Amino acid sequence: MPAVSTTPSGARRRASALLTWAGVLPFLVFAVLFLILPTLNIVIGAFRSPDGHATFDNIIALFSPSILAAFWVSIKLSLITALLGCLAGFLLAAAVVLGGLPGWLRGTVLTFSGVASNFAGVPLAFAFISTLGRVGLVTVLARDWLGVNIYAIGFNLLTFAGLALTYLYFQIPLMVLIITPALDGLKREWREAASILGATGPQYWRMVALPVLWPSLLGTAALLFANSFGAVATAMALTGSNLTLVPIKLFAQIRGDVLNDPHLGYALAFGMIVLTGAANLIYIVLRMRAERWLK
Amino acid sequence: MMGRRFWSGLAVFGSFLYFFLPLLGMFMFSLRMKRGELSFEAYRVVLTDPQFQTTFLYSMILALITIVFGTLISVPTAYWVRLKLPKLRPVIEFITLLPLVIPPIVIVFGYIRLYNTSSVLPLTGSWLGTNLLVLFGYTVLSLPYMYRAVDTGLRAIDVATLTEAAQSLGAGWVTILAQVILPNVLVSVLSGAFLTFAIVIGEYVFAALLNLNTFGPYMFWMGGNRAYEPSALAVIAFAITWACMGLIQLVSRFSKFSQVKR
Repeated sequence: MPAVSTTPSGARRRASALLTWAGVLPFLVFAVLFLILPTLNIVIGAFRSPDGHATFDNIIALFSPSILAAFWVSIKLSLITALLGCLAGFLLAAAVVLGGLPGWLRGTVLTFSGVASNFAGVPLAFAFISTLGRVGLVTVLARDWLGVNIYAIGFNLLTFAGLALTYLYFQIPLMVLIITPALDGLKREWREAASILGATGPQYWRMVALPVLWPSLLGTAALLFANSFGAVATAMALTGSNLTLVPIKLFAQIRGDVLNDPHLGYALAFGMIVLTGAANLIYIVLRMRAERWLK
Repeated sequence: MMGRRFWSGLAVFGSFLYFFLPLLGMFMFSLRMKRGELSFEAYRVVLTDPQFQTTFLYSMILALITIVFGTLISVPTAYWVRLKLPKLRPVIEFITLLPLVIPPIVIVFGYIRLYNTSSVLPLTGSWLGTNLLVLFGYTVLSLPYMYRAVDTGLRAIDVATLTEAAQSLGAGWVTILAQVILPNVLVSVLSGAFLTFAIVIGEYVFAALLNLNTFGPYMFWMGGNRAYEPSALAVIAFAITWACMGLIQLVSRFSKFSQVKR
């Protein structure tokens, strides 16, 4: 009777399989309760009317002029700081890795990048206010030494440009940290081979190095985009409610300062997830492409 | 190659100016509290402010508990997945990276909607519940760094052999984790811990939206109401971030000497 003889061992196997799964249960329960369910709740809420029916009204409400304007400012800010951060970070990393500068500089720049990429939020806003605010160090020095009042010629830290300048303080270092390994991956043989074939420096960059680095550069830009899109504290401490970014609008919505429609809050949050999610997806896909060459 | 060195030098110098001036600016500004002289008055005022002391202590305790909790959840899971469920690894890894994709403000919004006073699990209704919620939130924020650090650390050791050796000597799972696995990934845990500390100590959004008087909201309030103290706070915050990153470098350098050659 085979059925009788296999039942105990089958049960034991099932029990041990259960036991194996029990090992990751605490983590899964934690992740579901405090990461996945809260996010799902927001996503589902974005497609629900206050009385619980399925609806697209909240999503449609996102396309009202004031909210579109907030999304546009946020997207513009994230795009500009991502692209400038990418460019400046790339130049700095290239200078340190390939520029023939003293070797200690590399470690210093990388360590500082680790610090600066984590120096965000409220203190970063303070640092920029005391430097480029109305009585900040650079503002005063420019006035006293160079006779230039930067506020008279149109600069204001508490505007879009000022916020972008501040965001670059954590965007550039993040770029440096991510792109340095990619630059290290450029093999010397490629450069030598190119120059043996008669390529000039710019030609090597245009036809060999940049095509290899391209996915990394674009992917990191997407990551920087998401990085600045989700940031709240720096912008709030710097401009208060001067500038209406999506996260600031959501913050006000959650706080109940503008409690006109809680489901609009869901839709705002959902819009943020969609944008940062898309940016991260681009990053992951391009990163996989980049790893084909850089190993 | 003179040109290349020149342009590289220029790029580094330009970056140096951009990154150094705000640091100099906040430091100089923090010294100007007394009229006509440079003094550490702003630091004295901040450090003796009882509000500073309580909020800073609060954030520090939160950070430490977050680190302990994050370690307790990361180390056993990463170990177990490597040992018994390698197929599950991409899934777990994906989950630990989610906090980088979903903005923190969205996560905390979800908490407020899901665990408010009229829900099944009304965590925001009580002091303990709110603190647990912020603790779990910070653990989620630290997950990408903590879990990945531990997972990378585990890659360097032979988990299966260590486990079998410990088991044949009669060790149970708790003993294996605490006395065999943890010491082997201690450097990774510490790296994750210092990064967690740097993130949690000045965190604003979670604390503000859950109405907790931690260091982040305190700094924010000072920014709106005082002139010189915020700069002093910024200098302190920068010093903490720097110290955390320095300690990460220190422990990882230390590990190179302490590791047994195979």
